[in-house]
Amino acid sequence: MSGVFYRSPGPDQERYVELGNVVKKKQVLALLETMKVFQSVKAPVAGKIIEITAENEIPLKDDDLMFVIEKA
Amino acid sequence: MSSKTLFSKILIANRGEIAHRVIRSCKEMGIHTVAVYSEADRESLHLSLADERVCIGPAVSSKSYLNMEIILQAAKETGADAIHPGYGYLSEREKFATLCEAQGLAFIGPTAANLKLAGDKLAAKKIAESAGVPVIPSSRGHVPTVEEAKVVCGEMGYPVMIKSAGGGGGRGIRICEDEETLVEEFPIARMEAGAAFGDATLYIEKFIAEPRHIEFQVLCDTLGHVAHLGERECTIQRRFQKLIEESPSPFVSPTLRREMGEAAMAVLKAADYVNAGTVEFLVDKNGAFYFMEINARIQVEHPVTELTTGIDLVKEQIRLAAGEPLGYSFDDLSIRGWAMECRINAEDPDRGFAPSPGTITHYRPPGGFGVRLDTHLYQGYELPIFYDSLMAKLVTHDLTRLGAVRVMKRALEEFQIEPIKTTIPLYLHVMDDPKFLKGDFHTGFIKRFVQEAADEDED
Repeated sequence: MSGVFYRSPGPDQERYVELGNVVKKKQVLALLETMKVFQSVKAPVAGKIIEITAENEIPLKDDDLMFVIEKA
Repeated sequence: MSSKTLFSKILIANRGEIAHRVIRSCKEMGIHTVAVYSEADRESLHLSLADERVCIGPAVSSKSYLNMEIILQAAKETGADAIHPGYGYLSEREKFATLCEAQGLAFIGPTAANLKLAGDKLAAKKIAESAGVPVIPSSRGHVPTVEEAKVVCGEMGYPVMIKSAGGGGGRGIRICEDEETLVEEFPIARMEAGAAFGDATLYIEKFIAEPRHIEFQVLCDTLGHVAHLGERECTIQRRFQKLIEESPSPFVSPTLRREMGEAAMAVLKAADYVNAGTVEFLVDKNGAFYFMEINARIQVEHPVTELTTGIDLVKEQIRLAAGEPLGYSFDDLSIRGWAMECRINAEDPDRGFAPSPGTITHYRPPGGFGVRLDTHLYQGYELPIFYDSLMAKLVTHDLTRLGAVRVMKRALEEFQIEPIKTTIPLYLHVMDDPKFLKGDFHTGFIKRFVQEAADEDED
């Protein structure tokens, strides 16, 4: 899905995750806004975030990479 | 037609189909137009329709279409003498109307004071009450004990809804059919509210079962004249987003129309309202109606009123903003036939109405007798991900409701937009639904419908 990538639920709010965080499966990592509809981006697996490739508030295209997670 | 020029140049502070809509009326009135656009809308059709165009910044709406300073500057630089805000964006911002006035620009819409009132739902409700218009009965503030709840509910009558002051999204709501259920449910509701929202404050509202959403279009001039233009039936919606609208409503009798029309006008008179506005009501199955809110703008669904009254509402907005008198009332109009609108959205009804952006590689619009299409689409157009999913408004008109439905069905069948997902297949099902054909529906209609469609798929 294409959309604008957000790392926090609001401009003044804490980011969902940071580089190096250990996340659970289905944990919310970011938001994607497409045509005024927000959907949460959830971790497909449990593990450690070793790379964040998408930039905050920048639009992404279909199949663009957002995070790299090292599987636990 | 009047040869007098009301304004010499209007800036349209919007995009998409409504920008087209406004530019078209301006052209017919001999008024020059200025289109504004974000960097994501460089390929938008409204730019070529307008006489002048100004880029107002990046794709994100907060930096372009919601940027008051830059839009006002564009108006100044192009020498516009009025701004039409369309719907959404800056159309209901009190501050924007005030800034326009301060810069000597006419804001084509209600006054800043009108916008302030309409934006404050409690204040609007009070104005309606003061005008003798029924509002949905509710407790005055929070209800701390079961004993007090019993008194409140006894006064307003059952069924009632217990709501959590801190709640939202339907959570914490309990419906009570009678006093016995109330006594049972009240303590549970309090506990739930406390657990879910950290706030056990409850209030009570009368529950309107299977309601309809019916609104009245009203026009008001600066001299105090007010006229309603009949109702719009907007019951077919999903999560408070309207999908199908029609005028007249299959539910409204001439008597109810007179009562509701009077009520709508009374609310706007009490509010010293100016220009075009809509008064929304919730209507129960017995025809009791309750004021909900004032929509202080031109609405998406305005074409159904235009087709039945023959009145161009955007031209009326411009005329009224220039201080011209209204000049007619509802009884002077000859209401003709039936009009229906389907909002064609880039959404997938089979996947919870998920947005479906993309490039339109194949486009074939419908046409023919009784069809009006308000859209900014063209073949090769890329739907930006930054803006809402409304792509087109397909509006049909015929002498009868069934006739308008038949034209709609035929037009929906003609309409091809590929490869993105649209709401067209859903509307094709609706046009065949026996309950829809009978005009027998309430605000839960689509939910039931989508659910049924999903069940069929499972079989």
